[in-house]
This record gives sequence, C-alpha cells and structure tokens, in this order.
Amino acid sequence: MALLEVRGLRKEFGDVVAVDGVDIKSEEGEFLVLLGPSGCGKTTLLRMIAGLEHPTEGQILLGGEDVTDLPPRARQIAMVFQSYALYPHMTVARNIAFPLKAQGVDGPERDEKVKWAAGLFGIEHLLHRRPRQLSGGERQRVALARAIVREPSVFLLDEPLSNLDAKLRAAARDDLMGFQRRIGITSVYVTHDQVEAMGMGDRIAVMRDGKIRQMGTPEEVYHHPADTFVAQFIGSPPMNLLDWGDYILGFRPEHFLPEGVQDGGDRVPFDFFVNRIEYLGSERYLYGFIPGHEETKVIAMLPATVTVPLEEQRQHRFSVASDQLRFFDKDGGQKIPPQTIQA
Amino acid sequence: MTWDSTNVARLREKTRRRHRLGRVGLYLSAIGFSLFAVFPFSWAVISMFKRSNDLYSRDNNPFWFNEPPTLQHIQYLFRETNYLTFVRNTLIVGLVVTAVTLAFSLPTAYALARLRLKWGERMGIAIFLVYLIPPTLLFIPMTRVINFLGIQETLWSLILVYPTITIPISSWLLMGYFKSIPMDIEEQAMVDGYSRLGAITRVVMPLMFPGIVAVIVFAFTLSAHEFIYALSFNKASAVKTIATGVPTELIRGDVFFWQSLQSAVVLVAIPIALVFNAFLDRFIAGFTMGAVKG
Repeated sequence: MALLEVRGLRKEFGDVVAVDGVDIKSEEGEFLVLLGPSGCGKTTLLRMIAGLEHPTEGQILLGGEDVTDLPPRARQIAMVFQSYALYPHMTVARNIAFPLKAQGVDGPERDEKVKWAAGLFGIEHLLHRRPRQLSGGERQRVALARAIVREPSVFLLDEPLSNLDAKLRAAARDDLMGFQRRIGITSVYVTHDQVEAMGMGDRIAVMRDGKIRQMGTPEEVYHHPADTFVAQFIGSPPMNLLDWGDYILGFRPEHFLPEGVQDGGDRVPFDFFVNRIEYLGSERYLYGFIPGHEETKVIAMLPATVTVPLEEQRQHRFSVASDQLRFFDKDGGQKIPPQTIQA
Repeated sequence: MTWDSTNVARLREKTRRRHRLGRVGLYLSAIGFSLFAVFPFSWAVISMFKRSNDLYSRDNNPFWFNEPPTLQHIQYLFRETNYLTFVRNTLIVGLVVTAVTLAFSLPTAYALARLRLKWGERMGIAIFLVYLIPPTLLFIPMTRVINFLGIQETLWSLILVYPTITIPISSWLLMGYFKSIPMDIEEQAMVDGYSRLGAITRVVMPLMFPGIVAVIVFAFTLSAHEFIYALSFNKASAVKTIATGVPTELIRGDVFFWQSLQSAVVLVAIPIALVFNAFLDRFIAGFTMGAVKG
C-alpha cells in the first residue's frame, strides 16, 4: 500500500487549470521530487496534498485513507515553505514547540521533543533567539526542526533551498538528504532546479502545464525522456533535438564525440560544423550545426580527457553510439521506438 | 585639485564646520517645534489657575501669573456642572464604540485582504469612499433615523452612529496590516495543527498589534471629540459627552468661563496623553519586530 496516493487530481482557478489530472503513488520513505518550470502547477499540487487548496476533482489518500476533505490540521503532514514562515514574535524554541502545543503535548515531554528536534539540526544554541536574529541557513534549520518535531507521516518541502546562496545551498542539500535518509520519512520536494531534482530524488515527477510528463528515477528521466519537453528540461546543456524527416532525433551533448575517441559498438557518424569552442577547464563545449540542418544549434560536450585537437569554423567528423540515439514523434513530441537512421 | 596635505586639511575643516552647522540647525528646529507643540497646552494649564482679574486685565502678562493662582475655577467645574457625567459618558461611548469597531472591522478587513474575492479590492475602495461624505451633511438624515428608533437623548444614539464612521476606516486600515502579514505564516500554523481561527488568534493577531492599537486610538479619539452628532442627538445634560457638554455649559450667551473651560480640557487630556504614550512604545516595538525574511 502506498503511503501517499493522489488520484486524478485537478485544480482550476477560474479559467486557469493549474493541475490537470495528476496521479502519484509514493512508497514509505521515498524522496519524491516534483520538478517543472514556474507555473507548471507543482506548488499547487503540493498545497493540495497539504490541504491548503481544495481540489476541483480527484482524491488524496494518506496511508490508504481518503483525506481529500480533511483540513490541513487533521492530516499529520509537515510542510516547509519557501519563505520558512517562522513566527517572528516567537523564540526559536517556541517556534519548534508550536505544532506540539496544537497536539496538546505539554511540559517536560514538549521540552524534550524540542531539544531532540533542535539537536537533529544542530541549533540547540539558538533556542532563545528570535527569527530576525538568525541567518538564512539557520532559519531553514529552524523551519525543518519545527516540521519534524511531531514526527509527521509525510514531509512536504516547497523550494526550501531557493533562498540560500549557492555555496550554502550545496551544504544544505547535503544536510537535508542525510537527514531524510536517517529518519526515512516520505518526502515530497518541489523545485524548479533540475540539478537539485537529479541529486536528491529517489524518483522525479517532471511537470508541465499541470500534467506529469514523466515519472521515474533520475536515470530514467535523463536517459529515456518520455518526450521532447523532458529531454530539453533535464540536462545542462539540454539534449540536442534535430528534425530528421519523419521524426525528431535526439542525443545528449556528452554522447556526441569526435570520430575515433570511442571505438567499437555500433556508432552513427555525423558531420559537425563547429562555430565556437568554449573551454571550461573540466570540459569543452562545442557549438555548431550538422550540415543539412543549419537551423538547429547542436552542442557537443567533451570531457577534458578527450584531447583531440579541434578548430572553430571547420567541419569535423563526429559520431553517436546508436544505443544513445533517442527518437520522438513529430507531433506531440512523444517518445517512439528506435528507427533506422541514414546520416 | 591634488591630494596634498593643505587641501585635505581644508576639506576636513570644511566638513567639520558643516557637520557643526547641521547639528545647530537640527537642535534649533527641534526646540522650535517643541515650543510650538507645547504652547497651547501650557497656556491652558496657566490659564486654568488664573484669577479672573488677572486673566481679563490687558496690562498683565498673559503667559504668567500676575496674581496668586487659584483652584476656584476647577472647583466650579466639578460643583456647578455635570463635568464628571460628561467624562463618564465619553468613556462609555468611547469604549463601546472601540469594541464594536474592532468586532466588525477585524473580520471585514480579514475577508477583504485574504479571501480570494474578485470584488474585494473594489469593495475596499467603496468602503473608503463612505468616509468622504461629511457628517455635516449626514447628521440631518441620521437625526431622522435616531428619532425613528427612539434612542434620541440616550448614549445609544452615539454608540449606534459612531461605528458608521469608524468601521469603514478601520476596516480599510486593518486591511493594509493584514496584507503585510505573509499568508505563509498563517498557512504554516494551519499545517502545524490549528484551525483557521486558531491560526489567526495565535499567529496573526499578535503580529497585528500595531494595527489594532491604531484602530483603538482612532475609534476612541473620534468618539471623544465628535461634535455634530453628539450635539444634535443629545440635548439633556446627563447624556452629553465632553465634546458637547463642556462648550454648551461653560459658554452661556456671551459669557465664557475661560478658566473652567481650560481645566475641563486639560484634565481629560493628561490621562489620555499618558495612556497613548504607554501604547506608543508597544506601537514602535511592533513595527520593529522583524519580518519573515532579511
């Protein structure tokens, strides 16, 4: 039995369909990431799971029980908002104790739990401060401690790292993952950052226009994108997509290599006219096009270990392993079975 | 200009002089404004203790005692007029109106600020427009209403009419305060296990404190100083407020009981000033409490 299940969920705001028929099943202890561009409905979906929005249609089940019509307080769900939403008039200790108070947990038991939660995130020394006296990273820890203190069944996170600077974000991501693994709590994590999604998710649900376009492990969505949107949304730089007659041909920039670099196997050769080369230390980016397909920009990403001399404004001979070629339908962009290809 | 030492010294001297001039200007204007603010109040305080001969003689210094001070006009105020009744009436009307105003404007403002109503914004503006109709125009129809209800010559007339002014303005004022409190905080409290009402009372209200104080100050001062309605609804001495009782009973024909008038004003102003002052600290504390981020 899935711990969290969403069936045919739909949400309309007036004429706008924010979430359009979403199905999700999440197992105990899973870290599920909702990934998509802004306005794709991922936050609305999260808010419906939390009970802050009422779905227009569909059902939400927690541990097999239908909770669609239950208010947020009855769902035993914890949520961390993007802004952290700390109560500014309360000390850190009172912030963390707040959900316990709602449950009627009192006295020494409450103090003990607050200490335990604060200990998990190393913020015991901040208990007497107020939110405004904390740094961004500290606030995030307080928000997490407050979320975890009553040991919820599901943990919802709405872009909790987006307010941190880049360096702090990497550290916070590491902390968060370590903590999730330790506690083993089912989590739903919303982000628009594909690096976060790839690095953290057990599974990723890629969303667009209120629909889930693909749901799978990071490997699946990266190597076997369900459609051209997923292919281009995930990966940096994104998958190269070329109009190839009856279908769309796709391959990742790191699989597009100069002839002779990788031998053996079944490889499909291409001519590649290189416009510009970017040297980035650990790799080289080559920007250009494939003759006959001048309208589409193609990028090749060569690791620093590939030292073949290449020149700008020259045509070179490249190739892709045939099992790394992806094929998509021309209308709709859906994945189709491998085709034979004439390069 | 080059950076040689004489130039630097000259610049330093210039900056210092400018800084000193700035300080002098600041203190001079601060003292000027203080005198301006204190002047009417201090004149009233001096006048209330003056003997009539002293007050009315043109040769005397009007800003100081030329004859020994006296308490006889304050005694007159308490013994010969219903001053204490006026004070009591003003307090009753002020407190009840304030309570009614908060009871109505808090939920109104919350609904207009938070719930996704399409016409919320427009309604907010419409509410504000009500304030633009002057009481000098409204008191005529209002008198008919009060007579129809049969509550003329009672405090209920004022308790009914003042909220028609205070509720719209307070709703409008509180709407801004509600909007300044992030929705996230309220929703967080709801996820943390409270009902919407629980979230409002435990999280939103404490953060609303400055706004609530502003409404209390506004509703109470309006009830205390309003004149036109109070004058037209209530003519009996027992149901007058300070605003109407003091001028109608201490000005008889062309005889002004100046010292008693001044006493009546100063005696209510002092406690109110002290109470507001006490609130002022909390008011500022509320503003500097710190928001969600940064």
